[in-house]
Amino acid sequence: MESLLVECLKEFKPRIGSSLDDTIATVSSELIVEVGRKLKDDYRTLCDFLRCLSVVDYEDHFQVVYHLYSTQKNHQLVIKSDIPYEDPHIPSVMGVWVGADWYEREGHDLFGIIFDGHPDLTPLILYEGFEGYPGRKSYPLNDYKEW
Amino acid sequence: MFARDILTDLLGKPWGEIIGLTIELIGLLTALSIVVLSLTWMERKLLGRIQGRMGPMRVGFHGILQPIADALKLVLKEDVVPGSADKGLFWFAPLAVFVPSFMIWITIPVSHDLVLANLDMGLFYIIAFAVLSITGLVMAGWSSASKYAVLGGLRSAAQLISYEIPIIMAVISIAMMSQSLNLQVIVEAQSNIPYALLQPLALAIFLIAGVAEVGRTPFDIYFAESEIVGGPFVEYSGAHWSVFFLAEYINTFAIAILVALLFFGGWSFPLMPEISALGFLWVGLKTYLVIAVIFWLRGTLPRLRVDQLMSLAWKVIIPLSFVNIMITATYLYYGWAWPILTLISLSITVTVSYMLYRKITRPALRTLEERLAYAKSYNQSRGQSEVSDAR
Amino acid sequence: MTSEPQTGTPGTVDMMMNMGPQHPATHGVFRMVLSIDGERVIDMVPHIGYLHRGSEKLCEHEQYSQIITLFDRLDYIANFNNELVICKATEKLMGLEVPDRAQYIRVILCELNRLASHMLFYGTFGLDAGAMTPIMYGFRERERIQSLFESISGARMMHNFFRIGGIRYDLPEDFNQRITQLLNELQKGAEKADKLLTFNEVFLARTRDVGIISAEDAIAYGLSGPNLRATGVNYDVRKSDPYEVYDRIDFDIPLGDRGDCWDRHYVRMREMYESIKIIRQCLEQISEGPIMAPVRRIARPPAGEVFAHAENPRGDFGVYLVSTGGDKPYRLKMRPPSFCNLMALRHMLRDAYIADAVMILGSLDIVLGEVDR
Repeated sequence: MESLLVECLKEFKPRIGSSLDDTIATVSSELIVEVGRKLKDDYRTLCDFLRCLSVVDYEDHFQVVYHLYSTQKNHQLVIKSDIPYEDPHIPSVMGVWVGADWYEREGHDLFGIIFDGHPDLTPLILYEGFEGYPGRKSYPLNDYKEW
Repeated sequence: MFARDILTDLLGKPWGEIIGLTIELIGLLTALSIVVLSLTWMERKLLGRIQGRMGPMRVGFHGILQPIADALKLVLKEDVVPGSADKGLFWFAPLAVFVPSFMIWITIPVSHDLVLANLDMGLFYIIAFAVLSITGLVMAGWSSASKYAVLGGLRSAAQLISYEIPIIMAVISIAMMSQSLNLQVIVEAQSNIPYALLQPLALAIFLIAGVAEVGRTPFDIYFAESEIVGGPFVEYSGAHWSVFFLAEYINTFAIAILVALLFFGGWSFPLMPEISALGFLWVGLKTYLVIAVIFWLRGTLPRLRVDQLMSLAWKVIIPLSFVNIMITATYLYYGWAWPILTLISLSITVTVSYMLYRKITRPALRTLEERLAYAKSYNQSRGQSEVSDAR
Repeated sequence: MTSEPQTGTPGTVDMMMNMGPQHPATHGVFRMVLSIDGERVIDMVPHIGYLHRGSEKLCEHEQYSQIITLFDRLDYIANFNNELVICKATEKLMGLEVPDRAQYIRVILCELNRLASHMLFYGTFGLDAGAMTPIMYGFRERERIQSLFESISGARMMHNFFRIGGIRYDLPEDFNQRITQLLNELQKGAEKADKLLTFNEVFLARTRDVGIISAEDAIAYGLSGPNLRATGVNYDVRKSDPYEVYDRIDFDIPLGDRGDCWDRHYVRMREMYESIKIIRQCLEQISEGPIMAPVRRIARPPAGEVFAHAENPRGDFGVYLVSTGGDKPYRLKMRPPSFCNLMALRHMLRDAYIADAVMILGSLDIVLGEVDR
């Protein structure tokens, strides 16, 4: 799996790692759409199913994690991308997988990450007029007072 | 008839007539209300049993006082009128629905001498007045100032107008057979053979169109609870709504009693009882059987979508009703023996039902093996034959 | 995919109809704003978030054994399946081996919960169609299952029964006799339910060729579970990535052919029979043994991350767990199946009638608890 990823993503210069039985490739955030498209179209990987798009707050940077799966080849990949804490921007992968739509809206809602190219980043889960990004570590759990 | 005769003897012509008529009308209204109460009890018990539960059990013996409790609750509820509703129309719409439904009952005989006013054109009168309540529903929908209500009102207008035509046609064929529009004459013409045996097609058309006219499942789309909650009745509550409720049950009872009179021979088949009270019981028994069938349909079938309902009316039921008239006319013209009419009628009913059934159920392949085989071939055509069948 | 609706018939104005958070047909607090032209739906804007409780953030402040109760309440109809996923995630990270008996009991309880969930789907779907009898039949079967759950775990719904490393209590003594009787009753109940609705002509007219989605679109939107299998794609986590004891059990995966509402209903009906088959095989294969792996009371998984998933009745429930070695997770991201299934609703509602909108939403079988978390 690792060699396959190295082979496919040669031109994007990923950092390959692994955790338990998942192969993880970390790429830089501007290339994420091309990486996604390559992984979806390449006959060796054929990742047509976006399983999960999560945002992890590491307090000095954000990490966007894409779990991909191929229904035809039955293998799973993980793509990660680090983005800076101040002014977090990352291109939206909606053009590659339509199912990324609400994940990105939720990421914007809870973490404040701007997904460039997403047609409609209105609040999904929080009500309109909510200030702050509750998913971040800096947001308090109990000290929050609404009024 | 009784009150008017007695009072005319006592008080003389004009006053006796007027007061007698008023008393008889009030009596009819009371009788209808009691009938509606019994219908609500019967419906809840029957539906409960179909669904595997008991129905009302607590209020009175086996829930027999439940309808009274319901009526009390409805009367005591606060009557909320929406702020932006058209107050005049909003108040008037239930009346516009209820009064025509009640006016039908003036000429429906329940025994050979128990009728309020036996008109020579009784059937014509009934059909004409039944159509009037449609305007009441549209009024209710429009004046409620709610999008759900407007949708419901429009749907109801479309549905009810479409299903009036088959009713009229079915009734025409009955009138042709008995050569009269007088309900008592029609019933007495069936003393040997009920028209259900002679024209099963007309019975099927009348029953389906009648259920659609009343607005019962499977045709209750216009006040479908799961989509447009309540339809034209959504803003009505309390006593206002109970008038609609009353009108619906009176209509159901009217359709059922018309089926009993026009098709099952009323009080004169198979034997004509001398005492009018016995005839009344006989008609009542037949009517309640028909009502039980209508409730059974409600408990079993889902509801049809509005375009399917309309296409059923215009593409199936109305052509069939025309065919029915043609068959009846041919039969009467040539003077054949009656089994021939039964045979033709029955065969057309069975053929059309079977064709409809095949058309609807053919897309659902029945056996599991057929479905698995289809899915496998579909997967293979996508180049996915090596996808995890077993791993 | 903008929020601005497009107009239908030229020269007319589309009507905005709000199927609000409180509506008998939207399963839970879900708001759909439909833009309709006569009876046709032109566009739809969904609004969710009415049930958002901040579960993901709460999980970061609770120990691993405490977040099992949070997971119970996500998909509040399939409780055991959710608990299974979080236990799997933590056990995978810790490298724990769950004893055989515990695994068999977990599978039995998850399959019983799948039966209960599909029975609820059957009842509510029939009610959306307008038949008022299926819901009574469905809930009667659910009552049987839930009273068995009460005797096993102490609660009818929010069980909090699975633990990291096994389960909390062993099965009661009268379990074998109760479960065999229950399985016979469930088999009869499922057949009765099937006979009432599945091949009913009016139901077929309502659901056949309504809300069709093709297999490519389904995969692109991330659909999973019976919704995906109804389009013909053979993807079931129990077969493609077997967990617990599913590799030792023999069962079929029902597939649909067209991806319409009737297929989704039919796939779930057939899955009920398969679940009964699975439970019967588990009862034959189960043996005595410990029910809990030797694990400390406060679980401290080593630093790392894992993605664990299982086949919920609604689809593929996934959990992405990032741990830094403490007793609380660093980040717990839940991937609920209904969240992804709901994304495809707008695609399925093109050119549907209003009555169809209700049916399509019902056939997706969403639970708002897991959509909003």
